Amino acid sequence: MALQGAFREHQIMLAGLGVSSAQVRKPADLHNIDALIIPGGESTTISILLADYELFDRIGLLVEKGLPVLGTCAGTILLAKEIEDSTLPSLGLMDLKVRRNAFGRQVDSFEEDLPIPVLGEEPFRAVFIRAPQITGAGQDVEVLARYNSKIVMVRQNKMLAATFHPELTADQRLHKYFLELLKAS
Amino acid sequence: MAEKGTWTVKTGLAEMLKGGVIMDVTTPEQAKIAEEAGACAVMALERVPADIRAAGGVARMADPTVIIKIMEAVTIPVMAKARIGHFVEAQILQELGVDYIDESEVLTPADEQHHINKHTFNVPFVCGARNLGEALRRIGEGAAMIRTKGEPGTGNVVEAVRHMRMVAGEIRRLVNLPEEEIMAAAKEMRAPYDLVLKVAREGKLPVVNFAAGGIATPADAAMMMQLGCDGIFVGSGIFKSENAPARARAIVAATTHYNDPSVLAEVSKNLGTAMPGLEIATILPEQRMQDRGW
Repeated sequence: MALQGAFREHQIMLAGLGVSSAQVRKPADLHNIDALIIPGGESTTISILLADYELFDRIGLLVEKGLPVLGTCAGTILLAKEIEDSTLPSLGLMDLKVRRNAFGRQVDSFEEDLPIPVLGEEPFRAVFIRAPQITGAGQDVEVLARYNSKIVMVRQNKMLAATFHPELTADQRLHKYFLELLKAS
Repeated sequence: MAEKGTWTVKTGLAEMLKGGVIMDVTTPEQAKIAEEAGACAVMALERVPADIRAAGGVARMADPTVIIKIMEAVTIPVMAKARIGHFVEAQILQELGVDYIDESEVLTPADEQHHINKHTFNVPFVCGARNLGEALRRIGEGAAMIRTKGEPGTGNVVEAVRHMRMVAGEIRRLVNLPEEEIMAAAKEMRAPYDLVLKVAREGKLPVVNFAAGGIATPADAAMMMQLGCDGIFVGSGIFKSENAPARARAIVAATTHYNDPSVLAEVSKNLGTAMPGLEIATILPEQRMQDRGW
C-alpha cells in the first residue's frame, strides 16, 4: 500500500528476503498480489486516500477471500474494527479496538527490546513512533507481544498487526513470520 | 529500558511523513481544514511566509498559545519554527511538545554563524538546504530531516527545483568519485567527511528530503516528487489561494499519485485562483530568505 508513509522500507525488507513487491495506489494495482502490507504513515491521510478510489471495499473483499495482510503502526489502526474517540473510516478487518497516539507525542516516541516469543528467544528491537495501542482484542485474536502489559502485536488468521515499525530496523524476523503465514495458505 | 529521542526515533517520524504533504497553518480552523484534506502534518505559525515577507521586520517563533491551540485541534503531528541558531526558542518548542522543529530561514536568523546543536534535543529537527554541503552540515548538527529551501512565500517553484536538482546532481557526482577523492570533495563542499563518504557509498541522503519553498499547485507538488523528493511542504500556497480546502485536497492527491498524469489532470481542475506569485528577480538580494543560514 503506497498511498503515504514508509512503504519503501517494507519493499527494501522484502527484497532482502528475496520477495518481489509492487506499489498499490489504485484498485487496478491490487490484481495479482499474494499479500498486502499497510505501512506506517499518517492514518488520517491514508484513510482519506483509501476512500478516493473505493479501496476500502476492494481490499475488504480480497481479505475475506483469504488475502494475507500485515499492518504496522498506522496500518494497525486502519485494520482495526474500532478506533477510540475517532470517526476515521477504517478497513475494520481485525477484531481490535485501538487508541491513536496512545504513548503521547513525538518526544515520547521510543525504542525498546521487546520479547516476541513467536519470533524466537532474542528480543526484537521495536521502534514506537507516536504509536497506537491495542486496547481490546476479540476472541479470534492471538496476542503475540505486549509492552508494559499493553498489546502491541497480534494475529487474526492471516492478518498480522504490530503497533511498532519492524521496517525501520534490520531485523527480518517479523517479515519472515508474515511470509510463513502466506505459505500456510 | 525504553530509549527516547534516539536517531532512529527522530528520523523514523520523518520516514512516516514520506509521500505526504505538510501544510502551514495559522489557526486551529486552518489546521482542521488541513487534516481533513489529508495533510500528514501541519506547521503551526503566526503568519504564513508570504505575510512575513510582506510585513518585514523581525520574524520570531510563534506565540505558544497559537501552537498549543493548533496541537489541541488536530491528531496529526504538529511542527513549529524556531529562528536559525535560536536554541532557546527550540527549548521552548520542545517543552510545548511539538513533534518536529523547523530551524527555518523564513524567520529572522538569531545567529549568523552557528545553527542550533540539534543533537542535544529529544525532539527532531528539519532544516533547509540549497545544496548537498549545506544539507550535510545540517545533518552533522543533528537535523533528522532535510527540505529544499526554495524561496518561501513566493508561490514560485523555480528555486525549490534548483535546490533539488543541485542536491541530486551533487550526489550523482559523489557516487562516481573514487574513494581517495572523497576527502577533497568534503573539503570543497564544507561538509563532514564521514557523511560525504556515506552519501558517496549509498547514493542518497542519509535522511528524508522534502520539497519546500514556492509550491503552489498540484502540478508543482508532483513535479518535485518526480524529481525525487520524499514529500512536500506547502507554506503560503494553500491558505493564500482562493479555495484552500479544495487546493489542499488536490495537492495531497497529487503527491500520492505524482506519476499518474490522469489523476493529476483530474485534481488540477476547478481549484480557483492560486496564490499570487512573485518573480524571484524582483526580490532584492537582502530579502531573499534562502540566503539566510549557511
